[in-house]
Amino acid sequence: MATGAQAWTEQSVEAAGVSLQMVKGGSGAPLLILHGELGHQGWLRCHDALAQDYTLHMPSHPGFGATERQEWIMNMRDLAGWYLEAIDDLGLHGANLMGFSLGGWLAAEMAAMSPDTFNRLVLVGPAGIRPPEGEIYDMFLAVAKEFLTAGFYDTASTPEFLGVCPDDVSPEQAEAWEIAREEACRLSWRPYMHYPGLPNLLHRLKRLPTQIIWGREDEIVPVSAAQVFNDSIPGSGLTIFDNCGHNPHIEKTDRFVATVREFLTS
Amino acid sequence: MFIGYFTERPYQDPKSGYFGATGKSIMDLNVSNEIYDAQLGSDLYNRYLDEKIYAEEMGFDGLMLNEHHSTPFCMGGAMNVEASILARITQRAKIVLLGNIIPIWDDPLWLVEQLAMIDMISRGRLVSGWVRGTGRESVAHNVEPHYNWERFKEAHELIVKAWTTPGPFRWEGKHYHFRHVNPWVRPYQKPHPPIWLPGVVSRDSLMWAAEERIPYLMLATEMEPTRQAFQLYHDRAAELGYESGPQNIGYLWKVHVDETEELAEQTGRKYVQGPSNPFLAGNEGTTNQALLQLPGLTSRRRVLPTRDVATAARGGSAGPGGVLSRPYEQQIADYTIISGTPKTVIPKIRHVLETIRPGSIFFWDGDGAMTHDDAMRSLRLMGQEVLPAVREIADELELPGPFEVDPATGKPYVAQVNGPADIPAEAVVADD
Repeated sequence: MATGAQAWTEQSVEAAGVSLQMVKGGSGAPLLILHGELGHQGWLRCHDALAQDYTLHMPSHPGFGATERQEWIMNMRDLAGWYLEAIDDLGLHGANLMGFSLGGWLAAEMAAMSPDTFNRLVLVGPAGIRPPEGEIYDMFLAVAKEFLTAGFYDTASTPEFLGVCPDDVSPEQAEAWEIAREEACRLSWRPYMHYPGLPNLLHRLKRLPTQIIWGREDEIVPVSAAQVFNDSIPGSGLTIFDNCGHNPHIEKTDRFVATVREFLTS
Repeated sequence: MFIGYFTERPYQDPKSGYFGATGKSIMDLNVSNEIYDAQLGSDLYNRYLDEKIYAEEMGFDGLMLNEHHSTPFCMGGAMNVEASILARITQRAKIVLLGNIIPIWDDPLWLVEQLAMIDMISRGRLVSGWVRGTGRESVAHNVEPHYNWERFKEAHELIVKAWTTPGPFRWEGKHYHFRHVNPWVRPYQKPHPPIWLPGVVSRDSLMWAAEERIPYLMLATEMEPTRQAFQLYHDRAAELGYESGPQNIGYLWKVHVDETEELAEQTGRKYVQGPSNPFLAGNEGTTNQALLQLPGLTSRRRVLPTRDVATAARGGSAGPGGVLSRPYEQQIADYTIISGTPKTVIPKIRHVLETIRPGSIFFWDGDGAMTHDDAMRSLRLMGQEVLPAVREIADELELPGPFEVDPATGKPYVAQVNGPADIPAEAVVADD
């Protein structure tokens, strides 16, 4: 991954009994970033921009990347519960929380369990709610590259696309995707990528300022779910990007960074 | 020697576009059932049952069934239904299920009851095999592929306990939870119907079979890797302190017998002219890569020698696209298809038996685009000429089957009854 102006490190930190692989960079208030179903995507342009004002904490969840799988974690609520202890151990109380796709679902579960733990919440194309129109893309009936490609509205106009989905996939990357897919499978097989109780549980986030960001052309989690999130979280903001798929942070980086900055400082 | 008969019961529809010498390749999970012809389906189900009855008449020891889901290559989506019918309409042959896909069912107790009823109605002729299933099965019944192996082992333990331990008892496992296990029907055979395990790819499964002293069957694999994989079983048995033998291993492969060499050649080619079937080399269809990479279904590292030469469509590593990867001629040359008159077929079967030394064999016939007449001609010739000759060869090569020598003890049965002669005392008491 290309390294921008902001320095970042990758190391293993102990949290809640697990050696957690953690990318950390930037300076300022803490921003905990939870990756999606294919794992940590690397230090991207959006990270570089946000790192100017925030200290980014980007762990690889248990079962992803170099963080060991925890056999007892069998669903998203287990993982969310574990993460809350990890946050205790990492001293990240009061952090801003941002989650992408499966990581957005995770962030929503964590916030619903413990809204006072976080300062502000950003959900980017989160899974977790069954869309009233359309269906969440079945990632297990596609190979990783197909799935990644389906997550963009226009790959040709997205220079960073080849960074996250190279034409020639290294064996290490292929292995990392397989590992990620297996853990994603463990977390989301059925009900597929959602938890029926989540819309009701999200009502508790009335105390937590929340921003929802979605690509209008999202083919992974259809945009109809955005409205359910918005309706379920009293006072939440919803911003939908036109001509944008499931990865607004990569496909519309400038607008994404501006939206997040504005929300976090409002 | 135990000799069984098998066909995968393909849905043969000449107007489907994927049938015959010019038929299109199928990609797994990509054929809609909207083309299903009810009359044709009904005729085929009855045809395949008729052939099983005739196979028994012709002297086969076992009538083998299998199960797959959401696919035209195997119509046995509910194999236990076919087995139930055979239990009543056949008299002597074992009904060999290879097998029930135990990890995909959330309620293994339903299997406990179904299988015990089949054993009852057949008066103890059930051989109850288990399989783990392919990705197709996990998707079709939406069961976690990553827990396939855990669920397999837990379901096996639960089913055996429900068959052998008087109820009611409670089962609180990781994947299965039952508060009142007390199925009224209990198996006819004691302590329970024999359990066999077929496979191709997973080393875990083969090792587990060796550890449980369960016979393991290789399905249509090439001979040398099959021999190597069986050696793993025998080595594991030796490590565990028992001597495994032919009674512990079985082999299924394609054998067709016909009246003339010309007819045998013409009919043998029909193996690769039915609807694509990932298990029928030469017509595996187009690989659905995503299905093969279903997360966690099979260990990506602990695989068998047979996997290296299995086609990609079957979960193996060989074969680029999985389409027509092993031509008919090559399969004839390496004996994975044997098709000919009794005179030419018998010495070839002998060669396979000498190489692999199985105690059970299954002739896979009447498949692909073969017609009912094709199947019946072959069954007749098998009964008249091939089976008697193969039994003599097996005796000469000392290849006892699992009903002659107990796979669990390595000892000959005292009397050939429907199961081990040494019935555990507690099982007898429990049944009274």
